[in-house]
Amino acid sequence: MTVIVAIPVLVIIASLSQPFSSTWQHLADTVLIDYISNSLLLMVGVGFGTLILGVSAAWLTAMCDFPGRKILSWAFLLPMAMPAYIIAYTYTGILDFAGPIQSTLRTTFDWGYGDYYFPQVRSLGGAICMLSLVLYPYVYMLVRIAFLEQSTAVLEASRNLGKKSWQTFFSVAIPMSRPAIVAGVSLALMETLADYGTVAYFGVSAFTTGIFRTWYGLGELTTAAQLCAFLLLFVFALIMAERWSRQRLRFHHHSANKKLVRMQLKGWHAYTALLTGCFIVGLGFVIPATQLVIWASSRWQENLNGAFLSLLLNSFSLAAIAAICCVVVATFLAYTKRVFNSRLELGAVGIASLGYAVPGTVIAVGVLIPVAWLDNKIDFLSRAWFDIPTGLLLSGTIGILVFAYVVRFLSVSLNTVESGLSAIKPSIDESARSLGAGPGQVLKRVHLPILRSSLLTAALLVFVDVLKELPTTLILRPFNFNTLAVRTYELASDERLVDAALPALAIIVIGLLPVLLITKSILNERASHE
Amino acid sequence: MNNQLVINEVTVAYSNVTAISKASFSLAEGEIGCLLGPSGCGKTTLLRAIAGFEPVTEGNVSLHGESISNAKYTQPPEDREVGMVFQDFALFPHLSVSKNIGFGLSKIPAKQRDERINDMLALVSLTNSAEKFPHELSGGQQQRVALARALAPNPKILLLDEPFSNLDAELRTQLAAEVRTLLKENRVTALMVTHDQDEAFAMADKIALLNKGKIVQIDAPYQLYHKPSSLFAADFIGKGSVINVEIDAAGLLGNDLGSLSIQTLPKDLGNTVKLLVRPDDVTYDKTSDTKLPIISKVFLGPNYLYELALTDGQCVPCLTQSHIDIPIGESLPVRFDLRHVVIFNGESQVL
Repeated sequence: MTVIVAIPVLVIIASLSQPFSSTWQHLADTVLIDYISNSLLLMVGVGFGTLILGVSAAWLTAMCDFPGRKILSWAFLLPMAMPAYIIAYTYTGILDFAGPIQSTLRTTFDWGYGDYYFPQVRSLGGAICMLSLVLYPYVYMLVRIAFLEQSTAVLEASRNLGKKSWQTFFSVAIPMSRPAIVAGVSLALMETLADYGTVAYFGVSAFTTGIFRTWYGLGELTTAAQLCAFLLLFVFALIMAERWSRQRLRFHHHSANKKLVRMQLKGWHAYTALLTGCFIVGLGFVIPATQLVIWASSRWQENLNGAFLSLLLNSFSLAAIAAICCVVVATFLAYTKRVFNSRLELGAVGIASLGYAVPGTVIAVGVLIPVAWLDNKIDFLSRAWFDIPTGLLLSGTIGILVFAYVVRFLSVSLNTVESGLSAIKPSIDESARSLGAGPGQVLKRVHLPILRSSLLTAALLVFVDVLKELPTTLILRPFNFNTLAVRTYELASDERLVDAALPALAIIVIGLLPVLLITKSILNERASHE
Repeated sequence: MNNQLVINEVTVAYSNVTAISKASFSLAEGEIGCLLGPSGCGKTTLLRAIAGFEPVTEGNVSLHGESISNAKYTQPPEDREVGMVFQDFALFPHLSVSKNIGFGLSKIPAKQRDERINDMLALVSLTNSAEKFPHELSGGQQQRVALARALAPNPKILLLDEPFSNLDAELRTQLAAEVRTLLKENRVTALMVTHDQDEAFAMADKIALLNKGKIVQIDAPYQLYHKPSSLFAADFIGKGSVINVEIDAAGLLGNDLGSLSIQTLPKDLGNTVKLLVRPDDVTYDKTSDTKLPIISKVFLGPNYLYELALTDGQCVPCLTQSHIDIPIGESLPVRFDLRHVVIFNGESQVL
């Protein structure tokens, strides 16, 4: 099972052994440097952006107290519901020449075209801003927990030794939570590398857009796979960083002093804190969401039709099938690991859970190559034996698309199922057995009831991720099969921003569900910290 | 009395280690036994073999005259009618207290089941907590639920795996005595595992002392303390020192320890023997001429525990009342009371 799941990534790595074609040479001479430098610039920019936004948000809600803190502590998560490509095209609509901001400026000051400077949203800088605005919650979540678990005694010791509060922040609090910061930024950067919609829409030549162009434009699947392999190098570096810092995280637990004393902000300090928070959440969620609502409501009569409903049905059924498959596979793997717990099994499960870090584009190409090969073989055999050409039997089917989703999102469900299963200690099984329940009974009467909420959570997380996923769907979907994400992207690409608002809003509303889940766990943890 | 549990020459071995080797032990109906030993001695393995969680490599475990584990056959745990209280209690987190207790009663009619659950709740005084969930209970209450749940199906034997180790130290011995009373009143045959001799003394009629996978002594608590059969038992149970002493044919001991008040000494006893000296074998007597220098002392509330040096430098303990307070470095006048003393020749006890 794990071998099958690992195939796409292995195929991509193996593509490096293929001869590099003349197209590769051409790419290397012309655009490869662009891909690399743009992707690096994106990573540096988004790294800093998410770092600053995430750490400030975490510091404000974890260590300070001011009116509005409690609402902000979950509102900071809202941008997670906003896929980067949607926020990108929304801001393009708001800030473009014909958009409300520039129009207002022109009418107010009586300017004309070219009379004034206005920053161009559709640029590398714009992409960095958009991605930072929606990806900072990764940093926020992890760093916030790190701050909450830091012993306040250490911070008090620093103040006691003569450091001011801002000095304490930079010389004690930040270094102590460095592993959490690294882990959070690594996650944000993995998403950055995986992003296709934003960079494509903004016309930034990054790896993902390069892969699309090489394949769709030049028809070079091998070269596209080789580009993917290069992208994987970046990804593996991030995985290493993330794993390393997670290991360090374990040594940074200071549970000695659980009592949290928050800095009470008064007067203009409190207002600044509140305004900063509102600014971040406003830019990352409220403003673009409002704009989308305005757009969607301006045209809902035309757009809310049968086509939209079938779009919803397509997306939901696809996401539901993928979610069920993921949960079934994850449950199977989690049980295998629990029962056999051998080094080999652990390694295999580890490989299977890599998927989430690997960009959807890479997985799609990695699925496409072996499936095309298999199709050709089947076609060949069928012609040879039955004289019937089968054509492309598997390529472009829902099944293949679902398989790619499973590869990509298995780790999401696996983590959830595993943490649920870890709550069932072996002694629980044994006590059920000693009370007369056979193995089947143990599963039915003990495991399933305890695991039910974990399984549902796992399914929900995958469901939402599939709904938001753009590049995998774009590459592997059956001909003329549309989902919310694809339709949003297509309409936005055709500059039909207003029409794109309705499917975009649908994605955001569904995307809020996991945010609610996390909020719930934050509320619980608050009870234990206060 | 019938033997309810018989363990005969049981060996439990894994691919590279032998956890239990040729262990034999039995419990009569209504008797409470204890497997006592340091961690890693195999006591938990033996308990789990009785519960059916570990297959035995050799030997036989029989319950109520019926073989349940041997080299060829391991009866599944759910068919054994063996109740077990786990170290971490292993309560089902998704079930209420009464559902936890009723878990093993699924085969009996609903009405009887409810009655039994109510009886059990009353037995462990948790009637008011019937609808609570495990995480809402204190450690002591969880332990009582675990006990009630294990007893509810009326098992042929109750196994307890370090049942008190998750509880506060002050509670342990008190709870052990309470559980003993409860088990005795209900005539439950029980076998517990612990590394804590105080728990073992408070609970058990019969203790099997284990070391490195072997049962080294099976005795009542009193015997185990006062008549340890090996140096290991002497060292593991209670406080005391084992010292080397010269002895002559008349029973006169070296080191000014006086003579042994014993009638017959084995003929082949050498010139030197090992002597187990318990703190209560050395008593304070201010009229005594034997004065030993004080090496260290520990205040225990009602008592002081002194460590005294003999003339050749070996140390013996002495327990005094705590108002006998003499500084370290000075001497304590003592008398040796060697009526209960245990003599070892090599590793094993001779007297």
